[in-house]
Amino acid sequence: MIVRLLDIAHARSGDKGDSANIGVIARRPAYYPILVRELTPERVRAHFGEMVRGEVERFELPNLGALNFLLHGALGGGGTVTLRLDAQGKTLAAALLRMELDIPERLL
Amino acid sequence: MKPSIRIGSGQGFWGDLLTAPLDLVRKGPLDYLVMDYLAEVTMSILQKQKRKDPSLGYARDLVPLLVELLPSIKAGRLKVITNGGGANPLGCRDAVFAAARSAGLDGFSVGVVLGDDLLPRMAELTSREIRLANMETGEGIETLGDRLISANVYFGAEPVAEALRQGAQIVITGRTTDTGLTLAPMVYEFEWPTEDWNRRAAGTVAGHILECGAQATGGNFSADWRSVPDLAHIGFPVAEAYPDGTVVITKQPGTGGLVSLQTVKEQLLYEIGDPRTYITPDCVADFTTIRLAQEDEHRVRVSDVRGLPATKTYKVSMAYLAGFSAIGTLTYSWPEALEKAQAADRIVRTRLADLGLSFDEIHTEFVGASACHGPLAHPQGELNEVTLRIGVRGSRYQDVDRFGRELAPLVLTGPPGVTGFAGGRPRPSDVVAYWPALIPKAEVHPEIIVESL
Repeated sequence: MIVRLLDIAHARSGDKGDSANIGVIARRPAYYPILVRELTPERVRAHFGEMVRGEVERFELPNLGALNFLLHGALGGGGTVTLRLDAQGKTLAAALLRMELDIPERLL
Repeated sequence: MKPSIRIGSGQGFWGDLLTAPLDLVRKGPLDYLVMDYLAEVTMSILQKQKRKDPSLGYARDLVPLLVELLPSIKAGRLKVITNGGGANPLGCRDAVFAAARSAGLDGFSVGVVLGDDLLPRMAELTSREIRLANMETGEGIETLGDRLISANVYFGAEPVAEALRQGAQIVITGRTTDTGLTLAPMVYEFEWPTEDWNRRAAGTVAGHILECGAQATGGNFSADWRSVPDLAHIGFPVAEAYPDGTVVITKQPGTGGLVSLQTVKEQLLYEIGDPRTYITPDCVADFTTIRLAQEDEHRVRVSDVRGLPATKTYKVSMAYLAGFSAIGTLTYSWPEALEKAQAADRIVRTRLADLGLSFDEIHTEFVGASACHGPLAHPQGELNEVTLRIGVRGSRYQDVDRFGRELAPLVLTGPPGVTGFAGGRPRPSDVVAYWPALIPKAEVHPEIIVESL
């Protein structure tokens, strides 16, 4: 069945230079393997499309049931240079949570 | 040795809730109040203030706050650690001494940490070929010339701990890391040896959880924001630290907010890179070793943190002038709000091109439709209003200034149903850009001065 990432995870984002980071946390331990399988760096990169100019790196934190993503070149030049309303990428976490996932119902 | 100490984080940034530090001190037991005032942009603002008036360049809010806390400090119940000294920790201390004298208060010691400011040393460093190369681009600092406005080394916990050993009850620093402010009292109280990397990492992780204030206690909480009680009276985080490196994250009794596994996890992941190598001047912490447990309501235990030896370099944060920018907004109402805002954007861009102005970037957003999430946003139905937000950035002041005069005319010369220009025209402001670099630790020596009033 189709779920939004928002339904199985929560997230917080912020800035590191011209990169944004998004920490994505499974709402239940059982959802963590789904995140690991579904949220590949390639898929996250494709989700953001032109919003992210550089690479997407992914790091796993199984101890927290969480993934950390670094989105390089995602802030229009960085916190103080960028002309964007969301200069520090604070709302990028929610933008990622828009993603739709096709998950077998037995996993939910 | 004390069996445990309670460290409260009273500011997540300069401009955070003014009542938070006093609430932390008054609403429950607290041994240390730590306050982080310095975002990257703050140091450059403070350097500019110091250039205009050599007695300034620190977070001025600190002075009345410290005077208000002096009775608790003098009674030996509380110590305060802050990096709000900014570009002028000595000036900050002198202002505190002066304000205390006027209030008839004395009998306390203030420690100051100096030596992080590299601006006075730039000529000497570059002459010895310390290039301070940009960590992202590899360029040498010489390319900046006189555009450099601040250059500060990030010190860690050790200089603060040393000031505490020398009897300081208030420690005022310049660019000390946020995490170092929280780690320092643990190092001092529990006499952790320098090379006990695991315990330093544990204190560093506690510092990371505390450094953004109420972001650890239910503020900006994405998992379920409606479930957080009484955000109006949100309690700022308290780390109850034990000599073995275990820390319990909690908040003062009777305050609003929430301390749960979810609130702590969100803050742990905030603004980190590779979780296995969280680098500070004090150690390298491995966030993949952290164990969390909810041991009671509003109490999350943090344990098992592993650390690696500190690196041989300090990070340096430099700020330099990189041209000018201006941003203006106009709001278009129903009907066809988005279409009218888009038409207005095209008109402005045409006029800017006709004038032959030169910019590095012109950026347009439609607030209410897609400003935050760009192409991922899907506005549904007809919008009731849309705010057109146009920004420009460039090296020519006069061009950026002229852009500011091209928005207001749209009210009478563009699409109908437009408002929101009461604030006046957009003015050019300096663009301050960042230059991260590394410097060998052997090149920089923190200086600690403890004096009593």
